[in-house]
Amino acid sequence: MPDTKDLKQREEAHWAKTSRLMFMHLGVWFFFGFVIHMFVVPLNKITVPILNFPLGFYMAAQGSLIVFVVMLFMFAKQQDKIDREFGFAEED
Amino acid sequence: MATKSAGGSDFLNNLGRVYGIYTGGFLAFVVLLAVLEQIGVPNKILGYLFVFFTLAVYAIIGVLSRTAQVSEYYVAGRSVPALYNGMATGADWMSAASFVGMAGTLFLLGYDGIAWVLGWTGGFVLVSILIGPYLRKFGAYTVPDFLAFRYGGNFARGLGVLVLVACSFTYVTAQIYGTGLIASRFLGMPFELAVFAGLVGILVCSMLGGMRAVTWTQVAQYIVLIIAYLTPIVILSTKKYGFPIPELTYGQAIADITAREQQMLAAGLATVANLKPHISPFINYTPLNFFAIIMCMMVGTASLPHILMRYFTTPSVREARQSVAWSLLFIFLLYFSAPAYAAFSKLEVYTNIIGADVSALKPWIFNWGELGLIQICGKNAGSIDAIVAACKAIAGHPGVVRLQDFVINTDVIVLSTPEIAGLPYVISGLVAAGGLAAALSTADGLLLAIANALSHDVYYKMIDPNAPTVRRLMVARVLLLIVAVVAAATAATKPGDILAMVGWAFSLAMAGNFPALIMGVWWKRATATGAVCGIIAGFGLCLFYLVTTRYFPGAGVQYFGMTSLLNPATGAPLVDIAKAMALPNAMESFPTLAHPLANKVGWFNLTNIACGLLGAPLGFAVIYVVSLLGKAPSAEMQAYVDDIRKPRGRTVLDEKTA
Repeated sequence: MPDTKDLKQREEAHWAKTSRLMFMHLGVWFFFGFVIHMFVVPLNKITVPILNFPLGFYMAAQGSLIVFVVMLFMFAKQQDKIDREFGFAEED
Repeated sequence: MATKSAGGSDFLNNLGRVYGIYTGGFLAFVVLLAVLEQIGVPNKILGYLFVFFTLAVYAIIGVLSRTAQVSEYYVAGRSVPALYNGMATGADWMSAASFVGMAGTLFLLGYDGIAWVLGWTGGFVLVSILIGPYLRKFGAYTVPDFLAFRYGGNFARGLGVLVLVACSFTYVTAQIYGTGLIASRFLGMPFELAVFAGLVGILVCSMLGGMRAVTWTQVAQYIVLIIAYLTPIVILSTKKYGFPIPELTYGQAIADITAREQQMLAAGLATVANLKPHISPFINYTPLNFFAIIMCMMVGTASLPHILMRYFTTPSVREARQSVAWSLLFIFLLYFSAPAYAAFSKLEVYTNIIGADVSALKPWIFNWGELGLIQICGKNAGSIDAIVAACKAIAGHPGVVRLQDFVINTDVIVLSTPEIAGLPYVISGLVAAGGLAAALSTADGLLLAIANALSHDVYYKMIDPNAPTVRRLMVARVLLLIVAVVAAATAATKPGDILAMVGWAFSLAMAGNFPALIMGVWWKRATATGAVCGIIAGFGLCLFYLVTTRYFPGAGVQYFGMTSLLNPATGAPLVDIAKAMALPNAMESFPTLAHPLANKVGWFNLTNIACGLLGAPLGFAVIYVVSLLGKAPSAEMQAYVDDIRKPRGRTVLDEKTA
């Protein structure tokens, strides 16, 4: 049955792309959730212009949070695009 | 859905207008109360009006959304648009602890407190990319539903229910406790009475209409709580810095705090030992514990059933994803303001209290001092005479307030900001109404999660699969009532550990749910045996670590090689284990927090709040190894997993039961 074979391939390609997107976002999440805060002491020596925050403090209190919000809206868009590309998206 | 009433879809089409009018009405109500205050209506009456008006509105929404349909009761008919589900999730998520306690924690801990802000926001990234949308496609009513389907039946379901109840019950008790605290403080009701009054507010919403009523009430509660949280601090920021966005202006406050800290040290108002600079990291938590807390709160977020089930209510998988983004945006509005509260309060305390003559303190302090929430020189700051006497009693006291003389309860920070800013009482009432909304909405969601698991998973799926719809809903409501009353009775005893237990709930959810949920979606090879063993091992280890370090610390040291946690600033052990073990009460079980070892021992210097960091990796490893040892899941099951991964098509559960 060529149809099921085609479906199988599409499923695999769709999942490969979905997984890639997942790892990418997981990487960004890990960087802004953890890695950047490991450097808080040197970052605190830099002051955010105008706002006067020490950068290390700012990243934990606001910067990372803003990144999380933005990346979630982006993720919703990107994943939807992948679903559409392989014909697995829901009808609008 | 053919049976949906015309009124229901009318309502869905006009959501924007309905909630727009509601918001306008609420603001008009606040203005009306402000006018009443000006013409001399006493504060106590204003407080009552605030609380009863908002409770009445929630109750009306609850009654209007009552339902007798199973899918409406459990998942709001899967018809909640992404944006509104985001608001409802925001209210579901932000508890009394977030609203009242978070800013205070940041005040006390400075930079280290931000671990909680990060942990309680970043988890939504995991919800969206790893779990939520897939569970939506699966079409479950509850989280144990998914575990049962994916992992071969009722044993996995039972474990799921166990984890759910373990992490939700203490959490809901804490919310009801918070309701009682706010009501008793602002209305002067006795605490026990306030607890049960709050309970009525919770029950009217969730009993009649289940998820549908809770959803629309939570949207209303979100609007109240966010207005209440932002109003005082926006006014304060405008007064102080001439700019109404406190999140941008508090950078200056932080710079001022840092400068003032140096001044205080120079003037002998503080010592290097007791001053914890606001922006310096890792003074209150070691780096390991700082990051462990972030990790556990984040992963816990993605594992807590009452949050995950909110995403079962959206009309599509696409909207489930968008909805997570909206949720985080609405939560972000509060969490990125909390550090501003902390900074403004700290600057006020450091400049106007520390260094001030003990006989010249501002009157707002005494309102809270009377309640025992602010202490100066070791005594409740009830009046000027009391603290002058208390400070005189300290040998060599200079007559001005030093940092070590001043103790403030963390709850006061948010609640007292209106007074610090010199705002009228109506704003304080608003803040109380907001705190109440935060506590009630979270309690609603949690109670529903517990009652649904007991009625749907235990009663319907495990005890009587032939039960007719009417009886299933009846059982759900009766169980909801029972759970609520038990939780309120527990809260009324004022259990000492209750707030710490909220942190535990995240770790327990992380260890019990996360590995099985993730592997269930992302690894087709995960088997039923593997998952069951993984849940037991991960959840078991986490629970063991919590219970041992808190309730059997002596046994932990004696038999399990636990050692003292270390002081993050100095690196010295918190307790001298040899000395403490020689005490007669060393091996005591269930000791109070005053016990020398309780919560102060452990492995790898890891605080017990972060026990999920031990349990979850073990859970993953066990699922992996045990799954590979057994036979691969059936081709049929693997095909179902494929279906979960594709948004298109009917929900997997529908397909299977059709």
